[in-house]
Amino acid sequence: MTDMRTPLNKVRGLGSAKEGTDHFWKQRVTAVANVFLISFFVILVISMQGSSHGDVIETLKNPLISIVLLLVILSGVYHMKLGMQVIIEDYVHGEGLKFLTLMANTFFCAFIGFGCIFAVLKIGFGG
Amino acid sequence: MSNADLRGNRPLSPHLQIYKPILTMVMSILHRITGAALYFGTILLAWWLIAAAAGPAYFDFVNELYGSILGRLILFGFTWALVHHMLGGLRHFIWDMGAGFGKESREWLAKATIIGSVSLTLILWIIGYAVR
Repeated sequence: MTDMRTPLNKVRGLGSAKEGTDHFWKQRVTAVANVFLISFFVILVISMQGSSHGDVIETLKNPLISIVLLLVILSGVYHMKLGMQVIIEDYVHGEGLKFLTLMANTFFCAFIGFGCIFAVLKIGFGG
Repeated sequence: MSNADLRGNRPLSPHLQIYKPILTMVMSILHRITGAALYFGTILLAWWLIAAAAGPAYFDFVNELYGSILGRLILFGFTWALVHHMLGGLRHFIWDMGAGFGKESREWLAKATIIGSVSLTLILWIIGYAVR
């Protein structure tokens, strides 16, 4: 068997999509972050449940909680964007529909992400 | 190759409906389904945060929706999906290390995932009601 790949191609290891293990790696990095961040978030929500609006704002205003909450949103939204991309690539085969759904995935995640970030910042800055 | 049938009647490898469902397979499918559910569940998170930023009146309205029977049911499912997806993810970390592929360990991991996710969800909700 002769290998038709050039030595440079083999060293780069980027494959036909030219992305190598980029997607896989980012999925894992955000997953590791999420284990800690989402655990924090779940505990935070449990501690706040049943609280009045004033108490919730008071809690979320804390800079440390705001910052971690922003990280929860960032890591979570990025992770779910990567995940949904895999699902789309697995099940949507028509070229046109695939492009549309992949784009919709990005738009949805951007919308959710920036919506949450705006809310946290508004509360944090005392708006 | 001029008459190759590129679109239609090509043979397919056996798919879901061919196989008898087994635990590891069901856990794999559940990992994907819970992931997709959490994806859309973030709408609830965004809505709640934006409601808190909007002011007391709107926050109370959203809180009331989330606190209704149906709201609680959905949030309970959300919690389970979150916990299940996280435990499934931890299982993937073990596999990423190259461990846990043996017949016994993969069965054990699958059982631990489902038993763990259901009990952890119940525990979290019991704590939630207790600290109220």
